[in-house]
Amino acid sequence: MAARYTSFLSLSRRPRVCRLRAIALGHLLLLLLLIAPQTGAAQTGAAQDDSGPVTVGSKQFTENVILGHMATLLLEDAGLTAQHRAELGGSRFLWEALQRGDIDLYPEYTGTLTEEILTDDEVTPETLPDVLATYNVQMTAPLGFNNTYALGMRPAQAERLGIETISDLRDHPSLRLAFSNEFMERGDGWPALQQAYRLPHQEVRGVDHDISYQGLRSGAADVIDLYSTDAEIDAYDLQVLEDDRDFFTEYRAVFVYRADLSSRVPEAPTALEPLEGAISERRMMTLNRRSKIDGAHEAQVAASFLTEDLELTGIAPVGTAGRATRVWQRTVEHGLLVFLSLLAAVGAALPLGVLAAKRRALGSGVLLLIGLTYTTPSLALLALMVPPLGLGFAPAAVALFIYSLLPIVWNTYTGLRDIPEPLLESAEALGLSAAAKLRLVELPLALPSIMAGVKVAAVINIGTATLGALIGAGGYGQPILTGIRRADISLILEGTVPAAVMTVAALLLLEGIERLMTRHRPGM
Amino acid sequence: MVTLDNVSKTYGPETAVAPLSLAVTPEQTTVLIGPSGSGKSTLLRLMIGLLVPDAGAVMFDGEPLTSATVQEARHRMGYVIQEGGLFPHLSARRNVTLLARHLGWAERRIDARVEELTDLVQLAPGRLAQRPDDLSGGQRQRVSLMRALMLDPAVLLLDEPLGALDPLIRADLQSDLRAIFQELQKTVVLVTHNMHEAAYFGDEIVLLRQGQIVQQGPLQALLETPSEPFVTDFIRAQRQTLFSSDGAS
Repeated sequence: MAARYTSFLSLSRRPRVCRLRAIALGHLLLLLLLIAPQTGAAQTGAAQDDSGPVTVGSKQFTENVILGHMATLLLEDAGLTAQHRAELGGSRFLWEALQRGDIDLYPEYTGTLTEEILTDDEVTPETLPDVLATYNVQMTAPLGFNNTYALGMRPAQAERLGIETISDLRDHPSLRLAFSNEFMERGDGWPALQQAYRLPHQEVRGVDHDISYQGLRSGAADVIDLYSTDAEIDAYDLQVLEDDRDFFTEYRAVFVYRADLSSRVPEAPTALEPLEGAISERRMMTLNRRSKIDGAHEAQVAASFLTEDLELTGIAPVGTAGRATRVWQRTVEHGLLVFLSLLAAVGAALPLGVLAAKRRALGSGVLLLIGLTYTTPSLALLALMVPPLGLGFAPAAVALFIYSLLPIVWNTYTGLRDIPEPLLESAEALGLSAAAKLRLVELPLALPSIMAGVKVAAVINIGTATLGALIGAGGYGQPILTGIRRADISLILEGTVPAAVMTVAALLLLEGIERLMTRHRPGM
Repeated sequence: MVTLDNVSKTYGPETAVAPLSLAVTPEQTTVLIGPSGSGKSTLLRLMIGLLVPDAGAVMFDGEPLTSATVQEARHRMGYVIQEGGLFPHLSARRNVTLLARHLGWAERRIDARVEELTDLVQLAPGRLAQRPDDLSGGQRQRVSLMRALMLDPAVLLLDEPLGALDPLIRADLQSDLRAIFQELQKTVVLVTHNMHEAAYFGDEIVLLRQGQIVQQGPLQALLETPSEPFVTDFIRAQRQTLFSSDGAS
């Protein structure tokens, strides 16, 4: 459920590490804020406008994406303008985006709110709405289903051993248990469960959640942790053990939304009301299965639910454009992201490289600082851009810009430093000013090295830009993300193949530019 | 024209030029000669401001060479080095015309001057379109000379201009060079370590040792009235090697 999907982008999971990084990069962030203040402001400001569209967010897993689509479709059905930033990240990330106003609402689970997000507050399910209000957040009534932790077995084995409840496991200490890594560590996970039920099992392994299903089916594991609306329960017909001691917290699905939404677009919360109490656990499981196992698009699954169960008419499933249209759209997003960040990087890196080559003391400082940016993993850099710049294009572009600096600065530096001394002296002896010498002799001589740096930056940039989808920048990363989530190879290829094509195209283009620049010094 | 006034220069602990004074005779060819490390190249680089003296002053046309005046002065000096001074990213022609273009000369004026110089240095005009790497060593030095002469400078400074050439080409270019110097009547300062070359070019020879002038004068004076035994030794040693190896730099 919600909780376990807390993604790597969640800033809160390792607060200490992040804080150190944040300090190390503090001045860099400052620099960036100076460089790109307008774009950043525009991006974050958008959702805080008094009018404007309602922005729905969703986490990075099928069920949440379907719920996000449902909300978006309902808002549109009520005549509002709504946009869906799908698959943004984990719980923390969405919560912070909501706080900042990057999004107006997203599907959340009561257990995630009480156990994970509002950990600093004394909060019970009863006081939850009041505590949320102190954060200027409101929530809808539960949508119906409870997506909580559960334990599952192969039905044949469960039947043979006569196991129906979690307590029944106590009599079978030789069963092999395989739990998702997060469940092994969580406060309300395995250690507490073992204690609550006094389970004697010794052989407990931590595995990836998706792998645990395969382990169960192949017989390598006998008991695994599940989420009670998992598509796989339905698809593989698993036996869910009853939580007879009511150990697991309730994870009721709700929508949380910014309190200002009620005043800004009062129709919005009302538009979501038809969903309240409308989705049973069984139903959610089927919807998940349709998307995750059968491969239907989440938007279509959401639309057909609204049409079939809520008997709404005229719901238009969105995001079902043909493959060519989709690829083209993402090519534009990806290309723009790469082109603009690379262009800005060339503009900034050239002077920095020249500075590094010309002023030795200052130069080594510049090179060191730029080198340090590379010690920050691209994912972390993206995440760091979100607090100051919000979601979408701007933070991704700025992160890519920073990432592109290093190869260009270094290659400009080495290109200039590698010019043979006699040539520099000849240029000087001619009586050229320093600026003319740089323009007419040094930069042209360093051009092959500089262009090599630009090419490396372009290749890195196109690859790294796929991560931009994690923060709502779209591009080729979108189908890759969805493809990974749904284990859909064709979707993954829909992102990786065009990215490879774009890389080749960019290299050819840069090669052409370089040739043009060299040839455009005519011999005569 | 070019005068060094009590100039000295050290590289770290090493003395390259002890305090020395030298006035280059206008419209004549002065040859700076001496063994390696005698400071002859350093003197030339001081004259064009590529090096700044630790003490003393370099004068050009009666004005001291300073960071404010050096650029202007360099436009009135031509500088040719042994090898590798041409810009590899430019055609021979662009190498020659780079500065004139930068100074905004009209295309017609540039073309006329290039044609004149091509004749003077006897370079096949077709070579001008080629990049330096595609030219022979001798052709490269002819192009270097054209570049140095483009603005019709008052002074021509040459640092071992024949040093990297093989003997046949070297002999060819040597006689051409002398003809050019005589035709142009320019003030020429030429650095060499080769006594034969010094005798061939020099109206006046400045023999250096360890950053100091040992003797200065026409070849005849050095031969007939050596200021000290080193002068005779140096000349004799060079004569002995004249027929063994002459091309090394």
